Amino acid sequence: MRYETVIGLEVHVELATDSKIFCSCANRSGDEQNSHVCPACCGMPGMLPVTNKRAVDLGMTAGMMLNCHINRTTTFDKKSYYYPDLPGSYQTTQWFSPVAVNGTVRIETENGPKDIRVKQIHMEEDAGKLVHDTLSNTTLVDFNRTSVPLIEIVSQPDLSSADEVVAYLERLRSLLRFAKVSECRMELGTMRCDVNLSIRPEGSDKLGVRTEMKNMNSISAIRRAIAYEVDRHIDAIENGTEELVQETRRWDDEKGMSFAMRNKETAGDYRYFPDPNVMPIVIDDEWYGRIQGTLPPFPEVKKQQLIDQGLTEYDADLLTQSRVLCDCYDAAFAASGLAKECANWIATNCLSILKKNGQTMDDLEIDGDRLGQLVKLVGDGVVSNANAKKILEVMFEEDVDPKAYAEANDMIVSNDTDAVMDVIRGIVAANEKDANDFRGGNEKAINPLFGKCMKELKGNCAPQQLREMLIACIMEG
Amino acid sequence: MSLLINKAQETAGKPVVLEDLVLTTAMPTTGGSKMLDGYMSLFDAEVVAKLEAAGYGIAGKANIGEFGFDLMGETSYFGACENEAGALVSAASQLLSASEAQAVVGLDVNGVQRRAAAQAGQVCVKPTYGTVSRFGTIAVVCSGEAVCVSANTAAEAQDVLSAIAGHDDKDGTSLPQAVCEKVKTPAELAHKKIALAKSLTAAADEAVKSCIDAFVAFAQDAGFTVEEIDDALLVAARPAWNVLMSSELCNNVSRFDGVKYGYRSANAETIDDLYTNSRTEAFGELLKNTILFGSEMLSEENYMPRYDKSLRMRRVVVEEFARLFGEYDAVLMPACSKMAYTPAEVAADKFLCFKENMFTAPASIAGLPAVVAGGVQLVGPAFSDAALLALAGQFDAASKTPVACEASEEVR
Ligand SMILES: [Zn+2]
Repeated sequence: MRYETVIGLEVHVELATDSKIFCSCANRSGDEQNSHVCPACCGMPGMLPVTNKRAVDLGMTAGMMLNCHINRTTTFDKKSYYYPDLPGSYQTTQWFSPVAVNGTVRIETENGPKDIRVKQIHMEEDAGKLVHDTLSNTTLVDFNRTSVPLIEIVSQPDLSSADEVVAYLERLRSLLRFAKVSECRMELGTMRCDVNLSIRPEGSDKLGVRTEMKNMNSISAIRRAIAYEVDRHIDAIENGTEELVQETRRWDDEKGMSFAMRNKETAGDYRYFPDPNVMPIVIDDEWYGRIQGTLPPFPEVKKQQLIDQGLTEYDADLLTQSRVLCDCYDAAFAASGLAKECANWIATNCLSILKKNGQTMDDLEIDGDRLGQLVKLVGDGVVSNANAKKILEVMFEEDVDPKAYAEANDMIVSNDTDAVMDVIRGIVAANEKDANDFRGGNEKAINPLFGKCMKELKGNCAPQQLREMLIACIMEG
Repeated sequence: MSLLINKAQETAGKPVVLEDLVLTTAMPTTGGSKMLDGYMSLFDAEVVAKLEAAGYGIAGKANIGEFGFDLMGETSYFGACENEAGALVSAASQLLSASEAQAVVGLDVNGVQRRAAAQAGQVCVKPTYGTVSRFGTIAVVCSGEAVCVSANTAAEAQDVLSAIAGHDDKDGTSLPQAVCEKVKTPAELAHKKIALAKSLTAAADEAVKSCIDAFVAFAQDAGFTVEEIDDALLVAARPAWNVLMSSELCNNVSRFDGVKYGYRSANAETIDDLYTNSRTEAFGELLKNTILFGSEMLSEENYMPRYDKSLRMRRVVVEEFARLFGEYDAVLMPACSKMAYTPAEVAADKFLCFKENMFTAPASIAGLPAVVAGGVQLVGPAFSDAALLALAGQFDAASKTPVACEASEEVR
């Protein structure tokens, strides 16, 4: 018999806010354990939640990017369960009136476009992290992540293959990154995914027994987990290897298998009820309009704009992977009018500096306007390419004006051709052997002469012009 | 028996005592529970800062029942308090009677301060919800509890209320400053009419009724019309309040799990044992029962027919009060059914606090100001706190009804 797979996803995305959702602690991962904590996010008695409006902004932004209806009154609820990483023994989440509902995400696969329905997007707070210390055989809790704002994007069971799941996740990632909702980095846990999966005979409209897989932290793990789980379900149905039950399973990527989680960890009644300490959030027209006004175009629309400006498909694709890069490019282009050159400077020079610093494209902090000025200085022949790269390195360290910096540091291309010719003559006279070799037909012999001239001129000369003048000087002599 | 469970070493300014759900850095805050015995807060409650800024000094912490929702402090881990006549009393009212403090500031969770003030012939104001910050009070029933003030006179209660009322960014339910200001000065009672809650009054004994009668006589003398009203919808507040209170309590005390602070059982191998044994060993019987009841009310099965229905009942009570305040300045009702509770009767019925709160639940569930004086309770529209206190003060001064005497006679 042929089967079809029915998959729905729950995707958790950490919001890129400066602070946590109900207190003012920094929302930053990777720092020393328990360095971003306060009595509120540690569950001490007496603290009350104060909602971070920025998190609501980003929840709304996500909803709008995924074509959702935004609930104009959205509320927070308490979800109770005991776990050591949950200091208050309840999680504040949205159960009754989530920020956004009824959206769609269009994906593209080999089989063409398909709309995946989004049931809802709700905001909630993250839990802490348990760290097991093998030396003392104790488990310690790191509360840095407690109360970090999350959205959970719940899809309808509209996905029918691993390819579609991957296309959906990549589309979500692209949209949310472009709208600066989140960095969506699975390897850092800022994007996490639970897969709800069942199979049924092809053409059937009855849903099969559904299992939920948690702990998925890479696209490739998701592919493997789906393949494994589909096989397991078919095996159970056709060969009676086991009885399928609705349950939560943990994917072990190393073993390449899924395991049923202890019932205790998953079953239960979460006793949801409205949190009386968080007033209902009413999104008025002004607020709604303000968020709508900040929405970027869809990445593919922006990409086409860039191609129309003269960029290659490759560069346009690269720039639209990150809103930070894209914004930097837009500002640089506005300042210089040099589309290809700006794209080049970002795609090669800027990214290589970031890479050297161990940073990602979203960490680019230089002023796009000033980058444009620098690109224009090169384009106008005012600063040489080599010196401009040095200036760029400085711009990564401090916010400098490229022209002023070039002037102050003797990096302006000389327009005084007589002075340049004097330098050339001196170098040629001092290096007769190389000059003679060149005259004798050894074209490579010009290279050391060219290098010495450039060094003497501190790079402040257009290379092509210098080469022409050097050849003329050698041939004269 | 212990009244002050912690005494400040030195007190500068007019002495105010805090009930022990109000967090202080200078002294432990226990919530009357073994769970928090010796617990030191990392921060002061907002009311502590406001009191000190207004020139009051914190003289100490008064004993209360475990998490403050019982009948008269009988569930305190540190022991219940009795007066000379053998009646259960609150530590706060005893301290006020002994003039150890000018006022007591506590958290009115389930009306104990109002019952205590009524029985001791003192004044208590539970202010309009949101006008006094709850930041730094141990949360029990967030949707209805309020920081309250008890004192020997209405004027003293008003002084302290004026000192602590005000907006606080740290409390998401705190109202804007301009609105909070309203509780500091009395507005005119324009209707010149007071509603007498008929069946609530009928549920009280003769001693309480005599206080009500005295107030009616006083109000008529002062030019008010007093009319008996059908209070069936106000009576219906109690069961709804009990569901909401127990549910929120269940959730709020779940943070006390033995993991981070407070009591931790020595007898625990696994995390589940740690939770279960710590809570089993540290929580009292009434608290455990209330947790179980609240947990049931929030279960999937009961949520709609019980919890959600109680939320809808809250709306009904709020609307009923709004309707009444279209015609009346205040609703007059008792704060308790009798003028004293004996330890024996509380021991015989551990859940009396879920019954006696029929008098305090209407104002609690609706977030309205309630003032107790001269053994009676006045509930008014939002922000009428000062007007109620002024009226109650006149009544208190004019009559000085022999409430305390009657109470002690009955106990004998
Ligand atoms: Zn915090």
